[in-house]
This record gives sequence, C-alpha cells and structure tokens, in this order.
Amino acid sequence: MAESAAIVVRDLSRSFPGVKAVDGLSFDVKYGEIFGLVGPDGAGKTTTMRILAGILVPNSGTAEVAGFDVVHNPERVKQQISYMSQRFGLYEDLTVDENIRFYAEVFDVKRTVYKQRSEQLLQAADMQPFRQRLAGKLSGGMKQKLGLICALIHTPRVLLLDEPTNGVDPVSRRDFWKILYSLLGEGVAILSSTAYLDEAERCHRVALVHEGRLLFCDQPDRLKSKLQNRVIAVSTSDPRGARAAIAGTGGVRSVVLVGDGMHLLVDDAARLMPSLSGRMDAAHIPYSSVEAVTASLDDVFVNAVESDEEVAHG
Amino acid sequence: MADEYSVVVQDLVKLFGDFAAVDSVSFQARTGEIFGFLGPNGAGKSTTIRMLCGLLHPTSGTASVVGIDVAKQPERVRQNIGYMSQKFSLYNDLTVEENIRFFGGMYQVSDSQIAERLRWAVRMAGLEGREHALTATLAVGWKQRLALGCAVLHKPKVLFLDEPTSGVDPISRRQFWELIHEMAATGVTVFVTTHYMDEAEYCNRLVLIYHGKIVASGSPTELKRTAMKGELLLIECAPLGPALEALEKSKVATDVAVFGNALHVVVPNAVEAVPLLRSELEQNAISVTRMEQIPASLEDVFVSLTAHEPAPAVPR
Repeated sequence: MAESAAIVVRDLSRSFPGVKAVDGLSFDVKYGEIFGLVGPDGAGKTTTMRILAGILVPNSGTAEVAGFDVVHNPERVKQQISYMSQRFGLYEDLTVDENIRFYAEVFDVKRTVYKQRSEQLLQAADMQPFRQRLAGKLSGGMKQKLGLICALIHTPRVLLLDEPTNGVDPVSRRDFWKILYSLLGEGVAILSSTAYLDEAERCHRVALVHEGRLLFCDQPDRLKSKLQNRVIAVSTSDPRGARAAIAGTGGVRSVVLVGDGMHLLVDDAARLMPSLSGRMDAAHIPYSSVEAVTASLDDVFVNAVESDEEVAHG
Repeated sequence: MADEYSVVVQDLVKLFGDFAAVDSVSFQARTGEIFGFLGPNGAGKSTTIRMLCGLLHPTSGTASVVGIDVAKQPERVRQNIGYMSQKFSLYNDLTVEENIRFFGGMYQVSDSQIAERLRWAVRMAGLEGREHALTATLAVGWKQRLALGCAVLHKPKVLFLDEPTSGVDPISRRQFWELIHEMAATGVTVFVTTHYMDEAEYCNRLVLIYHGKIVASGSPTELKRTAMKGELLLIECAPLGPALEALEKSKVATDVAVFGNALHVVVPNAVEAVPLLRSELEQNAISVTRMEQIPASLEDVFVSLTAHEPAPAVPR
C-alpha cells in the first residue's frame, strides 16, 4: 500500500459561543513535507492545531493524524506527534541541558539516543555555548529554539508547531527553519502555523486561512504566479505625491504606500507602466524605478479576501 | 533648523556592569519621518528605546526628543511621546469609550478637550456606533487602531511603535500603516521597532543595530541594494538535502538557507560563483534546474549583517 498522508483533514468545523473558529476546513499534509497554516490571529489556526493534537473535539468533520482518528483515538495520536503550543512549558529555573533531559525522560527516550540527538539539535540551533544557562535567562529566540529541541528529543512522525517563531528575530528564525528542514530526511511531516506571510514562503505548501475558512492551498510560487503581471513597484522619495499623481488611473485596483515607494495591484502591469510613468513625469514626481514585480503572498491574500468579500456582500 | 530632527542621539552609551548594551550610538530621526529601528534580540534596541522614553538613564552621551534632553527632563519627554506595543495596553473588559477616557486621563488630556479627542479617536479607528462595545469583542485589526488612537490622544510629536501589526491580517495591516503615513504627513515622527521585515518596508529610513552598535542605515531600497554582504543566488536543485550539505561545506558559499523547494545562497560574487557551484553540485550527483542571481530582501540583508558573529557570552 502506498504510504497515506500524514494528516488528513475533511470538512472540519468547530465553534465557540458566538464564533465559528474553524469552518469546513479540508487539507492534507504528506510525510517529508513542511506545510504552512497561514492566516491572521483569529483565523482558526490554534483551534485546528488543538484538534489535530487530540485535545479538542471538532463539532463536525474528521481529522486523521498518522493514520489515527483524532476523535476516536486521541491517545494513539498523541504517541505519534510532538505538539509545540504557543506556551510550550520550559522550566525557567533549569538549565538548557536539564530541560532537554527532562523531556527525554518524559518521552522515554533511551539515554544513548538522547545524548546523540541532543548534540545534533543543539548544534543545528547554534546553542552549544548556552547549555549551562538557565532557560529563564535566554533571549526570546533562544527559548523558542530550546522549546523546539525539547519537542524533538523523541522522533515524532508528525510535528505540530503553533506560531513557533512569534517574536523571534530573523537570525534565530533561520536557525529554527534549518532544524525543521533537517527533520524532513527522517520523513517527518511538519504542520506549522504563522501569521506572517513572508515566513510562509519557506513552506513546501501553504493553506491560507481567513475566518476559519480556506482561501487557497498550494505551493507558494504557484499562488504568487496567479498574480503574474498584476503588481507594480514604484521606487520614489515622495510616495504620497506619487499616489496623488496617479490617482484615477484606470486599471489600478489598490495602492499601498511603503517607506520609499508604493505597490500597486493592477489589471495589466505591462500595459499600465508607461501611463503611470507619464503621469508622474507630468507632476514632476522624482522616481527611480517603475517595474512589474513578483506578487507577495500578502498580495495574494489581500486579493483573495477582497474578492471573497465582494462575493459575500455583493 | 531646530525642528528638522525630532530625535537626536549622540554617542549614547548604556553600561550594565561591564556589558555595553548600547555602545556609542548616534542617529537622527527627521521630523515627520517613519523611522525603523531594527536589530536581533539583545542587540540594544529596547535599551535605546527605554532611554529615549526617559525610563532609563544613559551612562554617557546625549539623546533628545523634540529638543528635550531625555536625561535632564524625562518627565517632559514622556508628555511629548506616545507609545504602542504589539501587546495592546487596552483593557479588554472596558468599552471602547471607557478605554479612550482612561488613556485620556492618564495622558492628562484636559476635560475641555477630551470630548473632541474621543470623537477623533473613534472616527480614526473606524469604530463609530461601537463606542459602547466591549473591547474584548473587537477583531484584532480594530483593537490595533483603537490602541493607536489611545496612544496619540494627547497629540504627541513622537510616536513609538513596537511591532505594531504583529498577528494582524494583511488588509488591517495595510489600513494601519495608511493611518501611520497620514500621521507622519502631519509632522508626527514615528519610531518603529520590529523583527518583521514586512513592517520595516513601511519605514522611510532604517537603522540596524547589533551588539550595541549601528551596522547599517538607509532607506529600505538602499539597504537592499547596498548593505548586503555578498550577492544572493536562487538555486533550484534535487535532491535538496545533499545539496544543502554540499553547499554548507563549500568555500564559495558564505550562507545557505532553504526556502520551500529552493535554496538561497550568499556568495561574494555571483558571476564567479555560478560555474563553481554548478560543478560542485554536479560532482555530488545533484541536478541543478535553476541558478540565478536574485535581489536581496531586507531579511537577507539583516541576516548577512548580524548572523556571523557569536552572541556575547555575557549574561544579560
């Protein structure tokens, strides 16, 4: 039999009083894949994670993790996974080494295995110099990395990470991702949630979720290519002036001011660029470039939500 | 001109014992500028901000905010600034209006002004008709705009924002930054600290601090074009795991990071590196489907400037 998917979610829904946290969600995650559950706070990411970890029961729909149904077999599910929640429990008055040893004992990891694995993970995390430091004295980024090491000290088949890099600086974030990629060789399936669309670019596939519902599920590159020839970046020292100069141009869907320019979502970038330059020239706006650029996942998200709402309210 | 700069920092130092958290830092934020202050955890960012807000006394050097010396008149500095962080300071069990009145009282907005400021803040946050809603029931984007309104009730000339749009959906985030751009256009100086490079993109000018020292400054575009140590290659190849291993050992590549199904590789010179890396990978039986130079992102620049020195071993 061909190996089935690591996570299979079908029509999953869960409500809390006054709010539909998860609303008919379906997706699959394969072994050896990093899958991103991407959306803002309140999109239903944590609720989904908790259902998959077997600690919250859905109202309807099904979810299987490593071949076990999360409702009927939550204990079997828990043996197959490692779940790093947003408040992962580190002991602040224990050292880095002591925390790792504690979790190795909890997960019943053999001493020889634990030694080797702990070395590998500490090295990948660039944390070897801090082994004797109290966990309470680590920076935010290092605490998150230590949490991940503890969660990985046994070898789970499925790893669930709920916003693991919240508040973590870009350098620690890279170390964190390096550890995740190093696990893929072991065939682990990783489901990681994030509110940051730039971070989602690191996943093999992403599900963009909004208000409990799935907007898109695909590879980041393929999602972005949906908006090919649709995004223009203008580089200028006078973004506000530039926006005023191009106001009313047909075919411009939205304009976002950034620090030294503006981003436009348009119907046809190639056709529109000459007229935008012309309007800025006429208004004597200094600009250094006008170019069609690859859409960001941010653009994809905004475009999807806005068309979604047009459908819903229109 | 006296008013050209709202924040002026000169040779600022803060020592904790022997450890220089801020090590002779100088910069200026122009009035009406959205100024981004970036750096990894522990780089000296928060220490600098605490000094600028008059909450921590500098060891040496000077800092002034709208012309007021932060060491000599910290109280007056605090009357002239607003502060908003990702962890909203709002009270969830108060209504929208109660929160605004509470912050108005804290910032000593006079009774004659509070009614007008209340209307203004409600309108700015887009909360007309919801003045009596409990704050806890608001979606994140509204809360964020309400927190912003509360932080500027006393019309501060300098506004400090700490990861202001963390966790907000992209549409609310764009609306938030639109408000910030409008505020800046009226002459408010906005001082932003963040770990998120997509927030940094909204700033007019950025300064990157590391180990207590400034390591780069410029507009987002300038930093992407000039501050990167080396050049960036995108490599699509298979199998990815062995490729990563080979590149980490390679003398040509100075940094390797995985992005989904591709690798981002930093090299000193792209033109020279491409044939070298191609043959190194092929020697390891890795098939390369794509290898080309790509523009650096702000995150690439940030990592290239801060990743390769060990963190100080002194506990903080």
